[in-house]
Order: sequence, then structure tokens, then C-alpha cells
Amino acid sequence: MKISLTRRYRFAASHRLHTARLSEAENKRVYGKCNNPYGHGHNYVLEVTVTGPVDPRTGMIANLAELDPFVQREVIEPFDQKFLNEEVVEFREQVATTENVCREIFRRLKDFPLATLERVWIQETSKNSFEIDADVDKWDEVRA
Amino acid sequence: MERAGLSLGECMIRITRKIEFSAAHFYHNPNFSAEENRRIFGKCNNPHGHGHNYVLEVTIAGDPDPTTGMVLDLKELKDILQTEVMERMDHRHLNYEVPELAGQIPTCENIAAVIWKLLEPKIRSGRLDRVRLYESHDLFVDVSAGNGARA
Repeated sequence: MKISLTRRYRFAASHRLHTARLSEAENKRVYGKCNNPYGHGHNYVLEVTVTGPVDPRTGMIANLAELDPFVQREVIEPFDQKFLNEEVVEFREQVATTENVCREIFRRLKDFPLATLERVWIQETSKNSFEIDADVDKWDEVRA
Repeated sequence: MERAGLSLGECMIRITRKIEFSAAHFYHNPNFSAEENRRIFGKCNNPHGHGHNYVLEVTIAGDPDPTTGMVLDLKELKDILQTEVMERMDHRHLNYEVPELAGQIPTCENIAAVIWKLLEPKIRSGRLDRVRLYESHDLFVDVSAGNGARA
């Protein structure tokens, strides 16, 4: 029997999809409305799934009193009500697509010391969502 | 159940049934001091208890029966959920009234595991694939067979 716990969080942020690797015309063509130089924003919904043994003393995989502040510190505070392109240093170099946001959040949470991060799921709008499972953990290779 | 391999007529389906029940609980470990209980369990340690509207999603996996077109009869699943979960847990105090939880902290993890153990032997057609228990909109636990295969 395998048990996991999923906690849902929310943050709101703005971004602009634009890369210096493409010309202005190509950026417009590839990113469309999302390339608007003034940026735009979303109410992101984040699901964080952790797994591990249930501690018989507490009945818990992870105490929310410890998971919540960790996610708050690593993701919510640095991302919420921010312009991701400028205010989250990782997105100065890489496009703040929600694929990349999802990957960055996974990277920030994967060392949670009290349980094993299994999945990060992020919803950009009610019509699209992105997720990463723990077994896709070749971050350095993906980033290179 | 051994399968000869996938053919077009043999394609595993997952079906999910949802129920809701309301129950009270609190978290307290008699082996901890009062101070430890408060520190570890926070507001959930209130001895008067508090409650949730739990939402339970039960997923069954299997091949549809060629005659009925069903993995299992949802009426049968509904009856199993009524007997095994609703009658045991709905409008109950989970610390005092559910023997299967005796000696355990009635966390979402432990409740979901108890529900898995109650349901698994009752599913005679298809197999129990996943139990997902929401304690609130923002917190849920998944239980699966855990043979290494991902849900």
C-alpha cells in the first residue's frame, strides 16, 4: 500500500513570454498575446504531493505545520504578487512558461527534509495545467 | 488475474465513484506530553474535536465485462461504500466510534488507509486502484496498491 499527501496552494503572479534567443518577429509569432511587453498575470494553483511512511506517533506523512511554511518560504513568498521575469532570478535567463515555473518549483521543493516530493502540479488557468513527477528528476541535464 | 496482453477488446478502464461524509475528530497521542501534543498537532489537538466534510473518491480498474459493458456494477459499489464507509463514519466521531481507527491518530492518512483496507476485499469485479480522501478542498491523501506502478 502506498500513501501520498497532496496540499494545494495558490499564488498570483505576472509574466511575459519572451526569449532573447528569438527575434522580435519570432517571439510575436511563437508566444502571441503572451509576448505583450507589458506582461500579464494568472492566479496559479499549485499542488504539492509528498510520500513516505506514515509516522505511527502522529499518523502523518508530513506535518502540515512543517510543509506549509516550507512551501511558503520557498515558493509562495518569492512568487506571489511578483513579476516572475524580473523578480525571480531564475526567470531572467529562462522563459517563464508554466512548464519552466513548474520545474523551478519542483527544484525548490525537492529537498523538503521530512518527506519525499513526488509530484508538482500547477494550473495556470482553469484550461491548462502542468505537472512533474519525481522520477523525472534529471534537472541538471534538462537545464543544460 | 493473468492477461494474455492487450488487444483492442481488452483495454483497462478506471471508474471513480464519489461520496461525501461528515465526521468529527481531534489529534492527540497519549504518549506525548500535553505540551508536545499542542506543539505537534496545533489547533487539531483541541480535545473538544472539530469536523470536516470528507470527500472520498474510489477508483476501480478493470476490463469491462463483454456482456454488460461494465467494469463493475456501480450500484454494487454504491452499496459497498454505504456499508463500509457511510455507516461506519458518517456523522461519527472518528476518535471514539470507528473501531478500525482505535489506537491511531485519525489523520487523513490513517482514515484513507483504513478505507482502503475495508474496501479492497469487497471489490469482486475489477480491482481497487486508488482511494483519494479529501479532508478539505486543499488537502487530500491518495492510497494505491503500491506495487511500484504509478497510478
